[in-house]
Amino acid sequence: MLSKSTKLKITVLLLGFAILLLLMCGSLIFGYANTNLKIAYDAFTSFDGSNEHIIIHNVRLPRALIGAVVGASLAIAGAIMQALTKNPLASPSVFGINAGAGFFIVVAVSLFYVDSLQAYTWIAFAGAATTAFVVYFIGSFGREGLTPMKLTLAGAAMAALFSSLTQGLLVVNESALDQVLFWLAGSVQGRKMESLLSVLPYVAPAIILSMILSQKINVLTMGEDVAKGLGQRTGFVKLTAALIVIVLGGGSVAVAGPIAFIGIVIPHFARFLVGNDYRWIIPYCAVLGGALLVFADILARFIVMPEEVPVGVMTALIGTPFFVYIARRGFGQK
Amino acid sequence: MKKYFKLRIASDKFSFLIDKKTVVTSAVLSAVVLAIFIISTGVGEVIISPLNVVKTLFGFGTEMDNLFIFSFRLPRIIIALLVGICLAVAGAILQGLIRNPLASPDIIGITGGGSVAVVVFFMLFSNKNNALTVSIEWIPVAAFLGATILGLLVYLLSWKNGSSSIRLVLIGIGLSMLTQSLTTLFMIKGPIYQAAQANVWITGTVYAANWEQVRIMLPVVLILLIISMISVRNVNIQELGDELATGVGSAVQKNKLFLLILSTALTGCAVAFAGAIGFVGLMAPHIARRLVGSSFGSLLPVSALIGALLVMVADLIGRTLFSPLEVPAGVFTAAIGAPYFIYLLFKTRNS
Repeated sequence: MLSKSTKLKITVLLLGFAILLLLMCGSLIFGYANTNLKIAYDAFTSFDGSNEHIIIHNVRLPRALIGAVVGASLAIAGAIMQALTKNPLASPSVFGINAGAGFFIVVAVSLFYVDSLQAYTWIAFAGAATTAFVVYFIGSFGREGLTPMKLTLAGAAMAALFSSLTQGLLVVNESALDQVLFWLAGSVQGRKMESLLSVLPYVAPAIILSMILSQKINVLTMGEDVAKGLGQRTGFVKLTAALIVIVLGGGSVAVAGPIAFIGIVIPHFARFLVGNDYRWIIPYCAVLGGALLVFADILARFIVMPEEVPVGVMTALIGTPFFVYIARRGFGQK
Repeated sequence: MKKYFKLRIASDKFSFLIDKKTVVTSAVLSAVVLAIFIISTGVGEVIISPLNVVKTLFGFGTEMDNLFIFSFRLPRIIIALLVGICLAVAGAILQGLIRNPLASPDIIGITGGGSVAVVVFFMLFSNKNNALTVSIEWIPVAAFLGATILGLLVYLLSWKNGSSSIRLVLIGIGLSMLTQSLTTLFMIKGPIYQAAQANVWITGTVYAANWEQVRIMLPVVLILLIISMISVRNVNIQELGDELATGVGSAVQKNKLFLLILSTALTGCAVAFAGAIGFVGLMAPHIARRLVGSSFGSLLPVSALIGALLVMVADLIGRTLFSPLEVPAGVFTAAIGAPYFIYLLFKTRNS
């Protein structure tokens, strides 16, 4: 028998999923070219090659799917990082993982003239992994081990380093600037289905794995000693979790560029809804993160119509007040 | 031998304890700064020997040397010097204030505020042909305003029954992320070459500095430096921590605001003339602390000299090593700064 609260959680999760689907439909039909649900429906059932149908097929559908996947990935990565580091501000962007992956890609574009999507994916993973490793390593120097403050500073410093170096490269190579500037702001606009398909084989298993691992993460959040006492191989769990973070963070950057704040905002919101049980937090993060990014992307089309704001800027605008709120509340409080 | 000697002025109205080690260190550093100054003035597309540089500076140069040194190189090097001083002193004050050795104006977003302002400036004041509609000399004002507004915003948002250091850092990091995405947004909105122009500036460079800029910057920097030296005691007290500082009778919150404004103004000044040169505000005070200890009376001048050295050397490397390509000084300060930062985190790991 399911308890009442479990039923409620499932209901809310399904509701969230419905909202995500609705938003994705919205993402299909809203935009500069006017379309409606009927046209979108026809585009899939009886494709006739008209402009609207092509837009929906080739532009809006990939965009909606990418938004959902990237949003979900970032939110889950944030949730796991917050659990692992006990730092409420942990997220791929604060820890410099976005900036690191971005830097690697800019190096590849401007110095090695790489332009294959498949290569972007691997380069982004490499950048994310390198940065994550360095930040984690620096953050855990010393007797106290990993402290939230040290980690945040290490992350901020690495982010500052990578963005300076990225800018430096772009100053020297202006044609690369043209190529990557829009990407650097974080955007799901104009992304092709292929770029999603090139990361999906890694990102999808990582999302599933995160749900499988959630019970172990629950144990780990009780503290390393307790977890060990309960017989958990904490090293193994942490390593797997780190791997998930790298794949999700790197994959998102490869597809959509560095999008900030979703990894901070959504896990907190999920925790607010379902408490501290990661078996619930992670699926909630997946659904809500996807919904937030798709929603921000729809908003981004209308704010300065007919132009578009990169969605990374939208999430920053939505996310900063929230970040300030958490920072004011401080570390270590619920 | 005593470590200090006393300096009393106006029948004990003012007294200073002067640390001998500081005097020696400062003297040595000043000599190094001077040497780099002369070498840097001499090096470039046309190389002028140090002796001829000195001759020219004293007014006995050939016409060619005069042209190169006075028209092209000198303003640039003076700006580099001043920018280094500003960033280093701003960093030293900020670190004392926040009591975290890893805080610096770039990490808490003050330089980011300047960057946004400059990009917005490019966007607002360009006409259809992408020419600026107002004089480019207003850019420093915009940068200064941007940095100051961001500094105040960080302070205000971190206010909660007083302003705590940790909150200042965290909120600064958050806002600096916001400034980054806003900067990119405005760069995208403009045409690409404008973005390129803004990008050079954001990376931080003293390229194309001129005498007019020196004339504006020099007095401002001097005044801010004098104020900083006078405020030294407050920083020293602030370093004890909020409770203890209150206990010894310091108006903690008032001083905190004042010092933050001072640090912001110094950063704004640097950002205004050279863009967002990173990591100097972090490195210089540290190196200084290792040399002369953490009393601010000694720390400030020594940091200032080291800061000047860092930016001058970064600029020298940037314009010679990859010649004819100009690499912005900010790239080199970041490249030296980040490993240094890691080293610092390692050093302070148990504190």
